[in-house]
Amino acid sequence: MTSFEETIIEAGQPGKQYFRDLWRYRELFLFLAWRDLLVRYKQTMVGVAWSLIRPALTMFILTIVFGHFGNMPSGGVPYPLVVLCGLLPWQFFSTVLSDGGNSLVSNSGLVSKVYFPRLIIPAGGLITGLVDFFISLSLLASVMIWYGWKPADNIFFLPLFVLFAMIVSFGAAAWASSLTVKYRDFRIIVPFAIQLGLYISPVGFVSSIVPQRYQLLYALNPMSGVIDGFRWSILGSQHPILLQNMIVSFAVAIFILFSGIRYFRRAERTFADVI
Amino acid sequence: MISVEHLGKRYVISHQRGQHDELRHTVENSLRAPFRWLRGQYKSLHSQRQEFWALKDVSFSVKQGEAVGIIGRNGAGKSTLLKLLSRITEPSTGRIHYKGRVASLLEVGTGFHPDLTGRENIFLNAAILGMPRSEIIRRFDDIIAFSGVEQFVDTPVKRYSSGMYVRLAFAVAAHLDPDILLIDEVLAVGDAAFQKKCLGKMSDVVKEGRTVLFVSHNIAAVASLCSRALLIDGGCVEQSGQPASVIEHYLSKMRMHAGMPVGERKDRRGTGRMRFSNVSFLNERRQRVQTLSCGQDVSIEFNYELPQGAPLDNVAIQIKFAGLFGQPLFACLSSARLGESLTLLPNGSIRCRIPRLPLRSGSYGYSIWCTVDGMLADYVSEAGLVNVVEGDFFGTGKFPARDTGDMLVDHQWSLDIGADNHRTHKENCAIASKTNPMA
Repeated sequence: MTSFEETIIEAGQPGKQYFRDLWRYRELFLFLAWRDLLVRYKQTMVGVAWSLIRPALTMFILTIVFGHFGNMPSGGVPYPLVVLCGLLPWQFFSTVLSDGGNSLVSNSGLVSKVYFPRLIIPAGGLITGLVDFFISLSLLASVMIWYGWKPADNIFFLPLFVLFAMIVSFGAAAWASSLTVKYRDFRIIVPFAIQLGLYISPVGFVSSIVPQRYQLLYALNPMSGVIDGFRWSILGSQHPILLQNMIVSFAVAIFILFSGIRYFRRAERTFADVI
Repeated sequence: MISVEHLGKRYVISHQRGQHDELRHTVENSLRAPFRWLRGQYKSLHSQRQEFWALKDVSFSVKQGEAVGIIGRNGAGKSTLLKLLSRITEPSTGRIHYKGRVASLLEVGTGFHPDLTGRENIFLNAAILGMPRSEIIRRFDDIIAFSGVEQFVDTPVKRYSSGMYVRLAFAVAAHLDPDILLIDEVLAVGDAAFQKKCLGKMSDVVKEGRTVLFVSHNIAAVASLCSRALLIDGGCVEQSGQPASVIEHYLSKMRMHAGMPVGERKDRRGTGRMRFSNVSFLNERRQRVQTLSCGQDVSIEFNYELPQGAPLDNVAIQIKFAGLFGQPLFACLSSARLGESLTLLPNGSIRCRIPRLPLRSGSYGYSIWCTVDGMLADYVSEAGLVNVVEGDFFGTGKFPARDTGDMLVDHQWSLDIGADNHRTHKENCAIASKTNPMA
C-alpha cells in the first residue's frame, strides 16, 4: 500500500481517464470474451462444429439460389467459392453485431453492480466473432482444395480487410448495444436488419452486377467494400476492386465506428440507471 | 482518503409502465395525442415526469483505516451513495475524490454464470471485482479452502445449492485486497455459521487497516465493526459520529417516526390507487390497544382510502414484522391465506387476526404493503412500532431462554415408548413390586 492512485469523480465530467481505464481493464475484457466462448457451445451436441455447419449450409443454399436458379456471373470462379468469400466476413459481422447488440442487456447484472468501461462488453463480441471466423476459414480452405483453386497473391492484403470488417462490426455493435439499453425495440430491429443485409450486401452475388451509375451509392454499405476486398484478396483479379468504392465504404466504416463510440460514451453515463 | 463534497444524484421518474421501451411510447403518444387533444384531455409527456433526488448535498470524509457504517431506513439513499462511490452511476452534482484501489461488493456473486464451473466462476468473478490474474492464480487455493466447496470446483454452479453458491461467491470477495472496500448488505445471506465467518473476515479486514464503507441494516454488526457511523435520511447525512450515539439517534428517530400516523407519511411508494390511512391493533375484546402481550389473540385493523372512490379488485395486502435492527421476523399475506385476491370497498377496513401472537417482549417494527393487479399500490416501510409484553404463551408460565430468538412457536412434545420397551417397563414394575413389598 505505497503509492495510491487518485480517482476523481465529478458531476458532468465523465472520466478524462476513460481510455486509461480501458487499458487497465484489458484483463477483464479477455475474461469476458473467454466466458462468452466457454458458454457459447456448452450443452450443445456438436459444439464448435456449428461454426462450420452454419456457413456450409448457407453456402450450399446461396449457391443453389443465386448460382443455379439465378445464373449469376462468377468471374470464372466456382460459385461456392464466390459465396464463401462473401459469407465469411458477413457472418463475422452478423455475429459481432447481434452478440454485441444484446450484450449490455444480457450483462445487466454486471452493469448495475460493478464499474468498468462498458465499451469492453460489446467489444467482447469481436473475440467470439474472430474465433468463429478462423474456424470457418478452414471451411474455405477445404473448399478451395476441393476445387484445386490456389489463393491469389493478393492474399497478403486479407488481414487489412479483416481489420476493415472489425471496424464496421464494432461500430455497428456500439450503436446497437447502447440503443438496445434504452429502446428494447432494437432487440427485434437488429436481427431483422441482419436478415435484410444478407440480401442487400453482395454475399450471394458479386457487386459488379450492380449498374455502373449506382456503384457509388452501393458502396455506401460498408460491408460491400469488405466483401469485395475479401473476394479480391482471395480469388484474385477476376474480382477487381474499384478504388473510389473502397474509399467510400471505408469512410462510412470509420464514420460508423467513431459516431458509435461517441454515442456509446454519451449513453454509457446513464446505463446503470435505465438498464 | 475519501472525500465527498456536495454530492447529489437526481433521478427522473416517468410515471408510465415499462420505462425501457420509450421508443414505443414516443410513437404511441404522438399517435394518441390527437385524440386526447380532441377530447380536451391533452397532457404533455413531460408533465408525467418527476424529479427525485436520491441524494442531496452529501459531504463527508473518511480517513485511511476507518471503518464507517452507513445506516438509515429503506430508500434513504444508502445504496445510491455506494453506487456513486463505486462509479456505477454518475453523480448529478458534486465531487468524490479518493486514493487507492476500490473494490465494491454490492451483491454476492456478481457476474457468476450458471453454466460455468466453480473454478471458472472464481476466475471470472475475481476479474470482475478487479483482481489481477496473477493474484487470482496465487490465491486460488485459499479461496477454494475458504469456501469449503473443494469437491465441486469442476461442477457448473447451476447445480450448486444456494448455500454453496453464496459461500463460493463470498470466498472470492473475502480475498480481494483493495485499499478501500465498499460493502452493501452482503452479510444478509447465508446461514448463521457462515454469517459469523463473514463478520470475522470483515473485522480482520478492518484490523488490517483498510478503509471500509459498510451499508447495513444489521445495526449490531455496524456497532461492533465500525469506528464511525453515518446516518442517512432523505438523501442527506443526518448525523455522523460514534456508532453507539448515531445508532441511538436512529432508533429514537424510528420510534418517533412510528408515532406518526400512517396516513400522514410522505415517504411511501406505489401507484397510490389504494392508500393506507391507519393501522391499529385490537385485543380479544376488539378494543384498541397500544401494548400487546405475547400469546394473546390479536387483530390488526387496516384503514384505507381509495382515491378513485370506486371498489378495487385484485388486491393483496401484507404486513411484515421486523426486529428493531431490521431483521425480518414474519409476514402475513392476505393472498397466502385466502388463496385469492380481496375486493376493497370505499370507506371500509380490513382485519387480520393473529391467534396467539408469537412475539416475545420487546419493540417490533412493521411495514405494510398493498398490491392492486399485481402492481405495488402503496408501501410504507417501517410504518409503525408495536410494543409487546411477556405473556403466558405456552400456558405453563415457562419459556425458552431469551437469546433463543424473538419468536415463539406452538409445538407439542410426546414420549414415544416402543412396544418392547413398554413391556419391559411394565415387567420391571411387576418385578419391582414383587421384590419390594413396600411398593
